[in-house]
Amino acid sequence: MSVLATLALDIGWGSTLAIKTILVLAIIPFGALVLGYTFLLKMMSHMQSRLGPMDPGGFHGWFQLVGDGLKFMQKEDIMPAEADRRVFAMAPAVIVMSTFLIFLVIPAGPRTVVEDLDVGVFYALAVSSLSVIGVLMAGWASSNKFALLGALRAAGQLIAYELPLLLAVVGVVIQAGTMSLQGIVTAQQDGSIFGITAIGNPFIFTQFIGFALFLVAAQAELTQPPFDMPVAESELISGYMVEYSGFRFLFFFIGEFGTAFAFAALAATLFLGGWAIPGVHGATAELLGPFVLFVKLMAVAFLMFWVRFTYPRLREDQLQSLAWKVLIPIGLINIVATGILKVAVG
Amino acid sequence: MTEYYRQYLAVAVLIGAALVMVGGMLGLGSLIRPRRPQPQKYITYEAGSDPVGTFGQSNVRYYVYALLFVMFDVEAVFIFPWAVRVEELGVQALVSMIAFIVLLALGLLYAWRKGVLRWA
Repeated sequence: MSVLATLALDIGWGSTLAIKTILVLAIIPFGALVLGYTFLLKMMSHMQSRLGPMDPGGFHGWFQLVGDGLKFMQKEDIMPAEADRRVFAMAPAVIVMSTFLIFLVIPAGPRTVVEDLDVGVFYALAVSSLSVIGVLMAGWASSNKFALLGALRAAGQLIAYELPLLLAVVGVVIQAGTMSLQGIVTAQQDGSIFGITAIGNPFIFTQFIGFALFLVAAQAELTQPPFDMPVAESELISGYMVEYSGFRFLFFFIGEFGTAFAFAALAATLFLGGWAIPGVHGATAELLGPFVLFVKLMAVAFLMFWVRFTYPRLREDQLQSLAWKVLIPIGLINIVATGILKVAVG
Repeated sequence: MTEYYRQYLAVAVLIGAALVMVGGMLGLGSLIRPRRPQPQKYITYEAGSDPVGTFGQSNVRYYVYALLFVMFDVEAVFIFPWAVRVEELGVQALVSMIAFIVLLALGLLYAWRKGVLRWA
């Protein structure tokens, strides 16, 4: 009997997982499209007075993204003769895979999460850095000088900025006392600032340094300007992506913008209280959760893309010294300060 | 099936979903896209000119940064378990952790003074 009960539970769990997987499959292209459309096309056009993306289809250039999609669809699939064919084909899949795995732990409601892992945020950062392997594979397998240079730059950049990202998150983990993202959301929802519980305790107030570090490092992890030396179009003709065309190129785009969506959601969860609104619990929270998270993550994404469209590219040595001489020391000091305050004040 | 294995299964299912999406889109694309092979199309792309030589050099700096990264990444792995239990572990663990962080920061300072962080 108990075996049967367990089995029934397993089937229930299995179909839930199937639904959640389909949702993740839908959310990643959706997120990439929303960010690509809202920020890359429209916001950039307004900020930089670009006429092209405002034109197709009449009103505000709404047709631009559809046109881009159609263009990718009818591109011939070209693989250079010199390429390491199997690795070349696998590289975009590895990058998309790393994007998918981040969404495993991001909660959008009290129960709306694929799996609430105990090591949640640690896991998210670990799988997000898997994309380095895909980038190196793409650069190496293309057997192109520019691709290899771009891949090496990307690897050097991604590992250098992985550390500020990790160190920024440690402060939040110390405050929340857990690595589970649901636990971190709850800690912010039920927290208080100077005894006032009206807005809970979004960690952006107490961990502002961490928030700033996280955004800078996330910007570099996404190889967005001002940290886009690996794909610098004027020096490296798109770096490790140079030999990819059509859908294979589109996967890099989905990987980049899907990961941007995931990082914005992570930042919103870690520092802005995630899906929660203080005082809202139960079914209402379940219903409102995804929308609240979406609003918060769009606010974070707006900041990230604002920076992207505003600053010129750094130089490669400036990039490395910013990570090692500024961000990492600040991150370490932040951890020590947060630890001392946590033990002394509680 | 225990919780532990379920979590691994969920990870495996998402990896599968990513592969399905990549495979599905490439499969769908192969029905639509043209295929007109010409040998010129498969030459390595170097902004229009014929490719020159093969690539055999890269900056050795990247290797030094990779070594530094390994040191600090392992440090971060040690910090996380402490970060979860700061309050329970109290003053003694805090002092040990500060000593640990200071030692590693000294390592970074040493690399800095040695000029490792200076580009070429």
